[in-house]
Formats: sequence, structure tokens, C-alpha cells
Amino acid sequence: MMFKKTLIAAAAVGLTLASGAAQADTSGKKIALSNNYAGNSWRQAMLKSWDKVTSKAVADGIVAEAPAFTTAENQVTEQAAQIQNLILQGYDAIVINAASPDALNGAVKQACDAGIVVVSFDGVVTEPCAWRIAVDFKTMGSIQLDYLAKRMPKGGNVLEIRGLAGVFVDDEISAGIHAGAKKHSQFKIVGSVHGNWAQDVSQKAVAGILPSLPEVKAVVTQGGDGYGAAQAFKAAGRPTPLIIMGNRHDELTWWKEQKDANGYETMSVSIAPGVGTLAFWVAQQILDGAEVPKDMVVPFLQIDQDNLEQNLANTEAGGVANVEYSLDDAKATIAASK
Amino acid sequence: MKNYLLSPKFMRSALPGVSLAILLMAIFYTQPRAMSYFGLNLMLQYTVPIALATIAQMFILTVNDLDLSIGPFVGLTACIGATLLQTDPVFGVMALLACIAAYAGLGALIHWRNLPSIVVTLGMSFVWLGIAVLILPTPGGTAPAWIKAIMGFKVTFQLFGYNVVPPFPVFAAAIIAIVVHLGLMRSSYGVVLRGAGGNPRAISRAGWSMLKIKMTMFALAGLFGVLAGLSLIGLTSAADAHIADRYTLYSIAGVILGGGEFVGGRVSPAGAVIGAMTLTLAGSFLIFLRISPDWQVGAQGGILILVLALRALINWREAR
Repeated sequence: MMFKKTLIAAAAVGLTLASGAAQADTSGKKIALSNNYAGNSWRQAMLKSWDKVTSKAVADGIVAEAPAFTTAENQVTEQAAQIQNLILQGYDAIVINAASPDALNGAVKQACDAGIVVVSFDGVVTEPCAWRIAVDFKTMGSIQLDYLAKRMPKGGNVLEIRGLAGVFVDDEISAGIHAGAKKHSQFKIVGSVHGNWAQDVSQKAVAGILPSLPEVKAVVTQGGDGYGAAQAFKAAGRPTPLIIMGNRHDELTWWKEQKDANGYETMSVSIAPGVGTLAFWVAQQILDGAEVPKDMVVPFLQIDQDNLEQNLANTEAGGVANVEYSLDDAKATIAASK
Repeated sequence: MKNYLLSPKFMRSALPGVSLAILLMAIFYTQPRAMSYFGLNLMLQYTVPIALATIAQMFILTVNDLDLSIGPFVGLTACIGATLLQTDPVFGVMALLACIAAYAGLGALIHWRNLPSIVVTLGMSFVWLGIAVLILPTPGGTAPAWIKAIMGFKVTFQLFGYNVVPPFPVFAAAIIAIVVHLGLMRSSYGVVLRGAGGNPRAISRAGWSMLKIKMTMFALAGLFGVLAGLSLIGLTSAADAHIADRYTLYSIAGVILGGGEFVGGRVSPAGAVIGAMTLTLAGSFLIFLRISPDWQVGAQGGILILVLALRALINWREAR
């Protein structure tokens, strides 16, 4: 037994040596995740993906450890204190999903000054010394109109479902949608409601505005609201328009049902919660000495008519469609941003 | 001597300091790296705004009131500091003074209409938050350079021929504690102010205006709230309307941890500062122990209950 273990160990060493010096450099490094919030399905999926990918990376000897730390409440001061404690614990890199783009800059600067690599994603920080893997929310809005223009060259009336009022993400996606509508002038946004990224709220909001609307050809969304919109149209007895989905399990399930029943066609777009693992690999690459631009953009996870089944099968009930990123994906993202 | 050390009075006043010392030792044991200038600086940095907010809360508690709006108020002053104070210093200072005046007005209102302070301040917390969001709709702004310079100040002085460099937060906390202690515990008007909490009728019979006392205490709370907000942006370098939401409960817990009581004008400025430090360090300690975030708030509460249970035990011994 002992002998066998030794053999395996020896083989492992051999393998590591064979795979080149690029991996050996970070085997002693520690990377921490500082996360500000864990209260919705997206964040839960993000933490799960992080755990899955990093524990494999630790087992493979790529990094020494990569624990995740979440603050109990979504509070700037708490996360700043958490980052300071991570500095003290001697991590080599800190990956951050930040509670505020600006108010953590003090703590982030301290981390940089202590020689720590800081990579922010999703909730990015503006401190210049940190790396950013940002979501291009504007494009996420405008590609919906691009898709509509392809499907309906003649255009028509469009209903917009927005997110939570006053949140930066909502403003950005909506700005993208309106820019798209300007570009494809055959589309007219006849109404906007706030669905708060939740199916029940969206259903109520859409049901409330529907009686005042002319025929609606399409519904543009921000994710987490497509299923509710479909239910509202059904309840009102109106024909189901083309509804853009947001990768949620209930949305994809509904889409699949419609597709099987009457060949319903649409598309679905959102950010994969696995983007945290992309940030992990980027941090590992920086520690490895790779040259990485400070600003990168997260690729969207887009689901189309032909890969719907495959994505639906991989999505947990009540969850969000997800992909976990690999080292090669990170290298590709880095190369694309240069 | 032994009798004095075991007396409930001494034990009660020593309890905040002792709990802080035990917590510090536990931290140094689990994370030796923390035992350095750099480490103490990092861990204790956020105690400065919390200590100031705790002192603000202490002023209110002294006159038997409770302030449920200090967190959003600190958030508002932080937003003013990162926007108006930076772009238009005169206007910014006036806005901050208006905030303090508003606090004094609240004190007058509570006394004049005999309103429960909990209800008034709870209502005001939404007002402060609303104004903060109006001033700074999305997180951002920049802290004035001079505030950042103060918060990044390195203190050095000579002691027995050695250069002593105390971590700035420790130095600042000591100054806050000493200044407030001298003002509230040692001055004659301070005695009147505390007496207004202990026996308001006696104080007003003696010819002191309760209205004036309440306004003074609320204005002082407003002043320290402003200082807390400014010191906070000195650390974070930018503001967010929600930056200090948790300070409301932190400040109350800090005062109580430091030996204060909810009624009776029984407070301790030094204790309140130590209480604020204990609370912040408890958070660090739990992160060092790698306690899952789901349990952290509970564990923090557990530490609080433990200290308060010890105090209840001392009080019980005294009563017997």
C-alpha cells in the first residue's frame, strides 16, 4: 500500500515536471475569494463553481489553497475589513466580487501596496492597481435588439422589462436596449416596467401594463423575468410574443415546452456564475508572471435554439445556466483583451 | 488591595479592557502576523469611525434616549464629505453644520413633544438615507486629500530615547477617549449632562434647562457622527449611501460592551471606545478562525452575550 502511494507520488512529480515550469511557479501561492453577497441563486452557483474548480486546482498542485470568504451582509465596511484580514493572512492574490465600485478602493490599495494581486469581477473596483473582469451590460442589452432585427426585419412594438430601479446594472442594460432600438429604428419600445429580476414581480408588472398596450411583437428582458412575462401574456389571453430569456432554469424549461409544442424560437443571454472561476485563473496567470491587461470583458453565455436542450440538461432546477472556465479559457480572454 | 481588585466596582470597569486583551491574545495566537505595526494598523483601522459613531450613540444613551439613525447619518455625512466638501468646501462645511443643527433640532423635538426617541430616530434614518442617495445616487465621489492625509498619518514621538510609533488607530482611539472623558466625566457641566440621564427631575428642579441639555447632547452626537463619516471616507477614499448602515447596531453594542447602560446616565467614554475595538476585532478573529460566514454574525453575537453575561454576574454579586 505504502509502496503504491510512493509510486503515485513519484509519478505525480514526474508529471508536474513534464508539464513545464509554467505551473510549478504558483504551486505555493494562496488565492482567496472575497465575496460580498450570497443571497440569490446566481451567487450560490458562483460559489459552487469556485469551490469545484479551485479544489481541483489545489488537488492538482497548481495553487496551495483557494478558500472563499463571504461577508454576512452586503456591506462595504465589512468587506473592507475582510480584505484587510486577508492581507494579514498572507494571501498572494485576492479575487473580489465587490459591494461597491469605489468605496473599497482604500482597502484594495492597501492590498496592492502589500504586494498582493487583486482581481475584481462582476462587481468590479475602480482602483487602478486592481485588475477588472467587467461585464459589458450595455452590449448585453443591444444584442437583444440585434437578434430581434434578424428575426423580424419588419420590426414592431417592443415591451421592455427592467431590473431593480436605481441599480447600476439596470441602468446599463436598459441604456444598451435603448441604443439598440435607436440603431434598429423599425422597433418601437412601447412600454417599460420594473420586474426586479424576479418572475413573480415581472408577471405582476407586465399584467398591469398589458391592457394599455397595442400588439406587442417582442419582449426584451434583463434575466429572471422572461417566464413571468410569458405567464402574464397567457393570463391576459394575448398571443405570446418573442420573449428574450435570461438563462434561468424556469425560463429554459418553458422555452423547451413551447419549442416542442409549436416550434417557438428565441434566444437567451446572461452572465455565467462561473465567471468567478475565470477570475481565479486570471489571478493564477498573473502570479505566474503572465502579462495581463488591467481591463478585460467577460464573455456572455448565450443559448440558442439548437443548444437549448444541452444547456437545460446542465442547469439545476431553480438555478442559472452555468459554465466553469478553464485555464485555456482564461488565456483566451487575456489574449482577446490585449 | 486584593479586596479592591475583587470588588464588583473594579471588576465592572475592568471588564471591557480585559475582554479586549483576551481577544487580542487569541488573535495573536491564531495569526502571529497580526502582531506587528502593519497588522495592528490594518485590523484596527476601521475602529476609528466605529469608535466615533459609538461615542455619538453614547451621548444619546446618556440622556436615556436611543439613536436608531446614526448609521444612515454617518452614511450621509460620508456622502457629503466625498462630494460637496470636495467640490465646494464652504458649501460642504455648511451642509455638515446643518446636519449637526438638525440633530440638535431632533433633540429639541423629542424633549418638547415628549416623543419616544426610538420612533423619531427610526423615521429619521430613512430621511438621512434618502438625502444621501439624492446627493450620491451611485457609489463614488472622492474624499478630500486632507482627510486622507489625516487618516494616513504616522505618529512618532520620543520616549526614553526610543522612537515610538504607535499604530494610528490606537493613537486616535486614545485621543478620542481622553477628550470625551475629560469633557463628560471630569467637567462640571458633564456631571449635569450625565445627571440628566440619572435623575432628570432633580436636574430640572435644580434650575437646569432639560431642553438645552437634550439639544447639547444631540448636537454632540451629530458632531461625532460627522467626524465618523469623514474618518470613514478618509479610509475608503470614496463613499456610498449604504456605507455605514451597520453602524447603528455596532454603536449600541459598543456602548453596552464598554460598560454603559441603557438608562440612568451610566456611561463610560473609554469603555465605549474599547467596546468598539472589541467588536471590530471580534470580526477579524472569526475570519482568522475560518468560521463560515453563515455563522459569523451569530458567533459575533455569541461573544457579545458572553461579555454581557459576565457583567450581569458581577452586578448580581454586587447586589447580593
